[in-house]
Amino acid sequence: MKIEETEKEIIEEFEIFGDDWEAKYEHLIDLGRSLPLIKEEFKTEERIIKGCQSRVWLNSELRDSKVFFTADADAIITKGMVALMVRVLSEQKPEDIVKAKLEFVDTVGLKEHLSPTRANGLVSMINKMKADALAFIK
Amino acid sequence: MKDLKNIRDQFPVLNQKINGYDLVYFDNGATSQKPLSVIESISNYYKASNANIHRGVHTLSRTATELFEKARKTVADHFKVKNDQQIIFTAGTTDSINLVVNGLSKNYLQKGDEIILSSYEHHSNILAWQLWAEENGGKLKVIPLLEDQSLDYSKLEELINQKTKLIAIAHVSNTLGVITDLEKIKVLAKKNNIAVLVDGAQSAPHMPVDLEKLDVDFFVCSAHKMYGPTGIGVLYLSEKWLKDLQVSKPGGGTIKTVTFEKTEYAENALRFEPGTPHIAGAIGFAAAIDFMNAVGMQTIFEHEHELVQYAQQKMSEIPEVIVYGKSNNKAGVISFNVKNNHPFDVGTLMDKYGIAVRTGHHCTQPLMQCLNIQGTVRISFAIYNTKSEVDFFIEKLKKVITMLN
Repeated sequence: MKIEETEKEIIEEFEIFGDDWEAKYEHLIDLGRSLPLIKEEFKTEERIIKGCQSRVWLNSELRDSKVFFTADADAIITKGMVALMVRVLSEQKPEDIVKAKLEFVDTVGLKEHLSPTRANGLVSMINKMKADALAFIK
Repeated sequence: MKDLKNIRDQFPVLNQKINGYDLVYFDNGATSQKPLSVIESISNYYKASNANIHRGVHTLSRTATELFEKARKTVADHFKVKNDQQIIFTAGTTDSINLVVNGLSKNYLQKGDEIILSSYEHHSNILAWQLWAEENGGKLKVIPLLEDQSLDYSKLEELINQKTKLIAIAHVSNTLGVITDLEKIKVLAKKNNIAVLVDGAQSAPHMPVDLEKLDVDFFVCSAHKMYGPTGIGVLYLSEKWLKDLQVSKPGGGTIKTVTFEKTEYAENALRFEPGTPHIAGAIGFAAAIDFMNAVGMQTIFEHEHELVQYAQQKMSEIPEVIVYGKSNNKAGVISFNVKNNHPFDVGTLMDKYGIAVRTGHHCTQPLMQCLNIQGTVRISFAIYNTKSEVDFFIEKLKKVITMLN
């Protein structure tokens, strides 16, 4: 599935909640619980994304010209956001990851997680995912 | 008399909805909201009296100077300081501490000297000392915590030796709300001829502070936590240190005479206030102090204490909640966690209900290491907070716990 297609799927998935933010967050929390975990050996100090209030670990690997991301976070809401990003960007070509606009975050009403206070480090995580993808191109 | 409705009406920012809910502002430890009198004093200053102060011969400059110096007097009176020159305007608590560290490092602190801090210091009252220590072979020693997260004063005496030059300590812990027993510190400090710096960032907003009675060497605080503007704070110097503290931040306005060979610095507070000061800030700060005194510092303390007791009681009925700082001697702050949940998750969901709390390490990472936790959720009160806000907070906290588990 292409990045935009996954984004569309997520938008549709969140549409049923309408303005019910509690239901939306409950779904996000469920997504966090279902995130396939990063291997314990990858949860190292170097893989922690800096500047986050909750700790986020990210591992990137290139296989068959596609980037595979695995990640974990110690806060469940952050983990839900991380799960969404992994779902959208993992198993994609590095060129597509670098270009991805990720507008779905705004559309599904989770834009506050992209705020510059970086309290949850989602922006840092997206930047790291893109930087890792870029490194695979070079 | 305390008229909460009337007090709340003076804070326009409180009258708004966040995510469809009435704003509940419980992040006063980070910064308090500002009453109309403060906002208007700043606005009026720029509308009617703005000019650069000191040295100006024209009328506006004289008016601005008078307002600025009147503000100094207001701060001095508020803290019961007879000589208003002992009140230095700085950019805030952090700036004040840096002025002290850098000033003392010129002639008071010697290589290998030791400073005593507490386990619950804010980073602001650690880093400048640490930097000095790293550069000068100095050493920082730490007063440990007891089980109830108050300080273990019985250990203080054994930390002191002939190299101990200063005790730098928070009056109230910004993370736990625990009030430091300064009398116990002072007895040992006086006996051993050690200087004492009190970080009043979290005491000055919440309780009466009488610096004449407190009788310490340095006291520092920030206006913006006291209903005043950001960017201005206080460094109080004892009579001795007003004479002895060395200038470390020189600049315009601090001098008596200057030649290219040698400068003679002013003998009063101006010595420590280089450049054009935050004039509007000082005027707004004075208005904030007038506001606090119109309500009464004792009234503020009692009101917030009542809210803390009330909230802690309600929180103790929720089995998933762990409250830190179990000591009863607290001012305006409660730190807690929900078992098995990250403070960030709790804070994020509380915000969705319009409740502003703070989460994380609160700039006290060493304290977090002592408690062996990543962070906490902190609620902190001001005079405008109400019991019904606490009730709403408790109701939503229970909801959040259900959502997360």
